Amino acid sequence: MSSMSNKIALAALAASLLFGLNAAHAQSSTDEEAPDNIAVAYSEEGRYYTEDDIPTYNIGEDGSVDWMTYSGFRRYHAECHVCHGPEGEGSSYAPALKKSAIDMDYYDFVDVVTNGRTRVNAAENSVMPAFGTNPNVMCYLDDIYTYLKARGTDAVPRGRPAKKEPKSDAIREAENLCLGS
Amino acid sequence: MKRLLAAKRAFVLSTVLAAGGITSASANEDLQKLMDDPNQWVSQTGDYANQRYSKLDQINKDNVGDLQVAWTFSTGVLRGHEGSPLVIGDVMYVHTPFPNIVYALDLNNDGKVLWKYEPKQAADVVPVMCCDTVYRGVAYGDGKIFLHQADTKLVALDAKTGEEVWSVVNGDPSKGETNTATVMPVKDKVIVGISGGEFGVRGSVTAYNMSDGSLAWRGYSMGPDSDTLIDPEKTTHLGKPVGKDSGTNTWEGDQWKIGGGTTWGWYSYDPELDLIYYGTGNPSTWNPAQRPGDNRWSMTIFARNPDTGMAKWVYQMTPHDEWDYDGINEMILTDQEFNGEQRKLLTHFDRNGLGYTLDRDTGELLVAEKYDPAVNWTTGVDMDPNSDTYGRPAVVAKYSTEQNGEDVNSTGICPAALGSKDQQPAAYSPKTETFYVPTNHVCMDYEPFRVSYTAGQPYVGATLSMYPAPDSHGGMGNFIAWDNINGKIKWSIPEQFSVWSGALATAGDVVFYGTLEGYLKAVDANTGEELYKFKTPSGIIGNVMTYTHGGKQYVAILSGVGGWAGIGLAAGLTNPNEGLGAVGGYAALSDYTALGGTMTVFALPN
Repeated sequence: MSSMSNKIALAALAASLLFGLNAAHAQSSTDEEAPDNIAVAYSEEGRYYTEDDIPTYNIGEDGSVDWMTYSGFRRYHAECHVCHGPEGEGSSYAPALKKSAIDMDYYDFVDVVTNGRTRVNAAENSVMPAFGTNPNVMCYLDDIYTYLKARGTDAVPRGRPAKKEPKSDAIREAENLCLGS
Repeated sequence: MKRLLAAKRAFVLSTVLAAGGITSASANEDLQKLMDDPNQWVSQTGDYANQRYSKLDQINKDNVGDLQVAWTFSTGVLRGHEGSPLVIGDVMYVHTPFPNIVYALDLNNDGKVLWKYEPKQAADVVPVMCCDTVYRGVAYGDGKIFLHQADTKLVALDAKTGEEVWSVVNGDPSKGETNTATVMPVKDKVIVGISGGEFGVRGSVTAYNMSDGSLAWRGYSMGPDSDTLIDPEKTTHLGKPVGKDSGTNTWEGDQWKIGGGTTWGWYSYDPELDLIYYGTGNPSTWNPAQRPGDNRWSMTIFARNPDTGMAKWVYQMTPHDEWDYDGINEMILTDQEFNGEQRKLLTHFDRNGLGYTLDRDTGELLVAEKYDPAVNWTTGVDMDPNSDTYGRPAVVAKYSTEQNGEDVNSTGICPAALGSKDQQPAAYSPKTETFYVPTNHVCMDYEPFRVSYTAGQPYVGATLSMYPAPDSHGGMGNFIAWDNINGKIKWSIPEQFSVWSGALATAGDVVFYGTLEGYLKAVDANTGEELYKFKTPSGIIGNVMTYTHGGKQYVAILSGVGGWAGIGLAAGLTNPNEGLGAVGGYAALSDYTALGGTMTVFALPN
């Protein structure tokens, strides 16, 4: 499968998933078991996915984290931590994202990062900016997402991950394409 | 007849101009007079010299232990509260972080609200303010209160009524241009800075005419000489003319256009030399490999003429920054003896961990010494005027994020990006000839990597993790006494958290400062011995001020945790280099304090 058709397939899947989830919400969300948003179902050239094709982290037997999660650590601490605090822990200014990545649907996460969100009222003035035009964020969305999920489950402790898988050619290629170099 | 009328008109015009001149000169004299009166606190910095020293001595080292809370005021805003209230006559002016409310409180009537001004600002400005929506306070001059909003709108309010007199917009938040700083009224002008170094903003200082808000001049930190208001022949760097286009020729291509060097610190002014002083911030991005060259005039101390903006001298402290040692901290002006000679000095505690003493007339470098022994990125500054590297810090290769390169994590660099000291202003007592400096005691790992620029988006390009200075007392701050003549620490009080509060020194031989846990502390100006402490409702990142009312001395402080400290320290720090055992071993600020703005006013019992 070429990467292009892959993307389209993923987008279609995303759309159907969104509708599917909405429907589930409309019925009842109490007795239905939440889908496993964490466990690795399969991997593809250095990227790991759940059975619902949602990006997830992978910790090897020797404790090494997958490249995407490591990359997410770096990007998070460049783009996100100035508001959300170190390692997704939250701050006096913005909420703890390590929790959001667990509680929030992947597609909602992508939506909020891309389009932003405003909560301004008597008690709050939280404004999440839209990063949709920022390649330093948008090209690393899955990286940041998997890193935060790994933090949320405490699979990765605070601090810099000590060991990591090498960066795969596919990831390098996708990065260059996305950054336009 | 017609000619007569024209002549008459010309005469009227010239008298108006003359009158205008007289008014503005006397406005400045009025402000100077108010600053000289210790019963008032008319400027965020205490006075033009930024000494933060009060001649009041009713509260002194012998009775400060009896201090009590006299009254309090809730600001109604949750975010980080920097700066301090002002007192002019019988009125106290209190500001808040975004949405930047101003309250005028009647000191004759138990702090009753005389007027309240709340500007309407688009919430879009909130996320482009790096590190919280702080605001370091209003300024006063010529019967007006100057409010510089987060969205860079500068508003002049009638101090008596709170009515808007004029307003002007200084920058564009959609490009990441914002404001956190106070402004400085000088003569007939208001001097204004800008924030946004993490968004690729090109820093500038702007003077607006106090009477109507019209633009007088703007001097950029980098760019062609016509933009920087630098004279290639007359403006000097360490005694030598800077030469043509010094603001572009140490940059590659057009990179100076998004060069950073923002100007959000405290400004000072010497009326005799007629010069204003301030520092410029870090060059954008934090990845040094992406912007080869010295990146002039980021990281620079500027001395400019307030009427024209022309720069008299500059001194670049950290050429080609590799650590985000944003050079905006205040310049404190003192007249002291140096090597047996009376000198007009400028003392500056830079983020890079060096305490500088310069001659503020000529820009000559006299002292550059570490004010935290943990500082390790440099072995020191070359003080030999005949050397090729005169005035430059010698960089230790191991801690050079440039030499180690992109995608390499440089570890154990001291200080961290927040500096050995950030904006929290120091105080100076002429009685003890000592500087009292709130400091950070934090180190970092720093890994730069490639980023691309998008207008209005963060332009950072480095990952960093911070932790308390290793092999020390385990805390993240110190409150130190500094000798600026010999470049030596006199004494140092270890603090659990960074000291993020501006200090106040008084003629009562007491020095006040606040802590991030929320304590207001009073210490002996000579020994540092703790004399008093009181825990306010929230962590303190505001500055201590003092005034009198009805012949009685008061001390006031804004509490309300936030700012960089609230973001970086809320969850506590970890040291990735100390192994798993140490992780989570450091104090988390959130275990001590929560959000909320309150002013607490202290006095001795009757």
